[in-house]
Amino acid sequence: MSSLLKIDDLVVEHRTPGRPVVRAVAGASLEVRAGEVVGLVGESGCGKSTLARAVVGLNRAASGSISFEGTPVTPLGLRRRTMTGVQMVFQDPYASLNPRRRVGDQIADGLRVAGDATSSPADLLERVGLPREFASRHPHEFSGGQRQRIAIARALAARPRLLIGDEPISALDASAQSQVATLMRDLAVSSGAGLLFISHDLSVVRLIADRIAVMYLGRIVEVGDTAEVWAEPRHPYTQALLGAIPKPDGMGVLPAELPGDVPDPADPPQGCRFHPRCPLVMDVCRVKEPEFGPVACWLHEPS
Amino acid sequence: MRRDPLARKGLLGRLPQAWRQPLAVSGVVIAVAWLVIAVAAPWLAPHDPLAQELPRLAPPGPDHWFGTDQLGRDILSRVMHGARVSIPLTLALVALSLLIGGLLGACAGYFGRWVDETIMRLADLVFAFPTVILAMVVAAALGASLTNAVLAVLVVAWPAYARVTRGLVLGVREREFVLSGRLLGFSAWRSLRVDVLPNVTGPILVLATLDIGTALLLLSGLSFLGLGAKPPSPEWGAMVSSGVEVFDSWWVATFPGLAILTVVLAFNFLGDTLRDALDPRTARAIKERAL
Amino acid sequence: MTLAITDLKVTIGGKDILRGVDLTLEPGRVHGLAGESGSGKTMTGLAVLGLLPHGSRVTGGIALEGRELLTLPPKELNKVRGGEVAMVFQDPATSLHPMLTVGRQLTEHMRHHLGLGRAEARDRAVELLRKVRIPGAEEAYRRYPHQFSGGMRQRIAIAVALACSPKVLIADEPTTALDVTVQAGVLRLLRGLCDELGLAVLLVTHDLGVMSAVADEVSVMKDGLVVETGPRSRVLREPDHPYTRTLLASLPDAEVS
Repeated sequence: MSSLLKIDDLVVEHRTPGRPVVRAVAGASLEVRAGEVVGLVGESGCGKSTLARAVVGLNRAASGSISFEGTPVTPLGLRRRTMTGVQMVFQDPYASLNPRRRVGDQIADGLRVAGDATSSPADLLERVGLPREFASRHPHEFSGGQRQRIAIARALAARPRLLIGDEPISALDASAQSQVATLMRDLAVSSGAGLLFISHDLSVVRLIADRIAVMYLGRIVEVGDTAEVWAEPRHPYTQALLGAIPKPDGMGVLPAELPGDVPDPADPPQGCRFHPRCPLVMDVCRVKEPEFGPVACWLHEPS
Repeated sequence: MRRDPLARKGLLGRLPQAWRQPLAVSGVVIAVAWLVIAVAAPWLAPHDPLAQELPRLAPPGPDHWFGTDQLGRDILSRVMHGARVSIPLTLALVALSLLIGGLLGACAGYFGRWVDETIMRLADLVFAFPTVILAMVVAAALGASLTNAVLAVLVVAWPAYARVTRGLVLGVREREFVLSGRLLGFSAWRSLRVDVLPNVTGPILVLATLDIGTALLLLSGLSFLGLGAKPPSPEWGAMVSSGVEVFDSWWVATFPGLAILTVVLAFNFLGDTLRDALDPRTARAIKERAL
Repeated sequence: MTLAITDLKVTIGGKDILRGVDLTLEPGRVHGLAGESGSGKTMTGLAVLGLLPHGSRVTGGIALEGRELLTLPPKELNKVRGGEVAMVFQDPATSLHPMLTVGRQLTEHMRHHLGLGRAEARDRAVELLRKVRIPGAEEAYRRYPHQFSGGMRQRIAIAVALACSPKVLIADEPTTALDVTVQAGVLRLLRGLCDELGLAVLLVTHDLGVMSAVADEVSVMKDGLVVETGPRSRVLREPDHPYTRTLLASLPDAEVS
């Protein structure tokens, strides 16, 4: 499979006057291939949304590179964006559609980008599992799940080669979550596009992703095939993340606790970023950062 | 999914609840009455507003309800004709300030950087002067005439719109649907026109409605000071001014003054109602009280 | 039995929100209330505290240790609310006052409800912060909510809720806004406090995983009605009601394993 999106040693910094510079993304590398679904998971504040926004040019890279189909991604300025092959579905279903415009008109914007004269907005609504006649309605008539489907329809109308979902399901009802996630996967895969799916919910990512990337404090600490990571997580952080998910098995087992808080990204710990919370911490972890993959941990140093 | 038949109509659908409040009703009634008077004054007025044919300074009575002024003109007719001068001018003035201020503010908020800096510093400059005094200076510099008074008020009125619009645009600009539009290849102008501006109009319209009263006061104020309408013209501010000269004949100043008062009040009520109708939180509070 | 809700019906603006809810809370037990948004879970919690929106009509009964709460005069109800019945909300960022120190928010309640002196209240507050396992309790007493992470803030919110030694704690989606790793800690804390203090906890959550981890009894709500109640292991492993089965089947785990 050819490389669709290539992120190489990306650094994104947030600057606020009078505050220390925050490295939200501190040297992350990731690849998404055509037709592949990559799930990016991590706790809030780990930089996964910043990374996603950098991919579409909403955040500026301080260093490192992002390239889409071999072309470097430029920050979104005032000029018209020509790179419409990457589309994004955002988190908040109540902010992702223009409240003043009919749903059909908003989907038509996407069709126009793709130069698609044969499909109608109603066709796309059908593809995301909504009735065709919704096209003439306004967003406020819909539930969160329906809005998110409409946002997906609009993004897909532009025929993207890469679809990015920035926590697209975290604001939805539990039952709608896996439906919308599965829908996104199916539509992306069937159109041959890649999907970068960002979520803090590992159980949903597991359901739809071919590969999982785990992010901690601005770095990707583990990448691997979903089934492998799920069955045998190698990075201690991934282990903690999986161990913390309570299982609905009715057994009354309290999930394992990961001690401590996520450190301040403005002042990350020396050496491995996870070492203050790591149950398996060694001497080397305190001094040297593991700068290798696919598992950035001194226990799994590639030989 | 909600299937509220009122919500489907959007803005207009939400109005009736708020419009049922007593202040709203009186606001509408008074404003409409004044608009009717402004349109129909030539047919409604019992006398020619300029003709000096009646006894001078006659107190209000059955022949002339509002009395006559020191030149023997019928005050009722003059107040009615005054509506033809003041109301359209005020409305045009507010519309113009809204257009200029709104557009400048939207550009400042959307494009940011030097556009923002230039426009907002200019607005700050205007804000730094007391409104009335600045308007007086401008009107005096341009020469006393009604058109110049309008221009003077325009100079002091636009920054308020620019500031509010800029703030609203800044809030909407980062909303996800605006970003989605940009990712779909919307140009900055198209994004501003299609995604941003329609979502900031509500509060700006409220501001404009509330501003009608202020603009009328300022305009009449300039005429009162002799910087606006020229003497024979039946402008309310100028009429109050001439009434002050004959203080014992209270009716000369009182009736045009009352005209200003009622128009200002009516449009303030309208503005408050519009705000309540557009703000979902206050709208809900009204509903609860109604229950 | 600490709290008994019988045939609780709530109507707001002509709409039936609750259509006859029966629940009982026992001391030292966590009663989980599951269901999708709009099923009336949160309204049930608010009704117990007498915090329903204006214009809502309530019938039925809510008895706290045999005392009927629905007919209580407002002044008495105020004493119950925050005193004997306390609540923890979903978002600790909005349930804590941003301009008051943690200590102030803790002691305010105690001095008002329990009539404690300043020093006494302070000691108890620090003790409470230790109990919810805030590191450096003495230090934390003087700090403001924004100086804590989301998980720590939720612990503080729990400490505030526990300030007046309530008998009943209503936790409305207490971990939904938190990350899984943080959630695990808060769930352990809740369970521990329930056992240690003999609290009757009503845990409102849509997350059946959370339910499975801490609840003793589980009730499932749909459209303002409780469709199924029973011990945790029975409801989650052998659900009777078709709706409970749908809920369990919609979980991502169900489709993979």
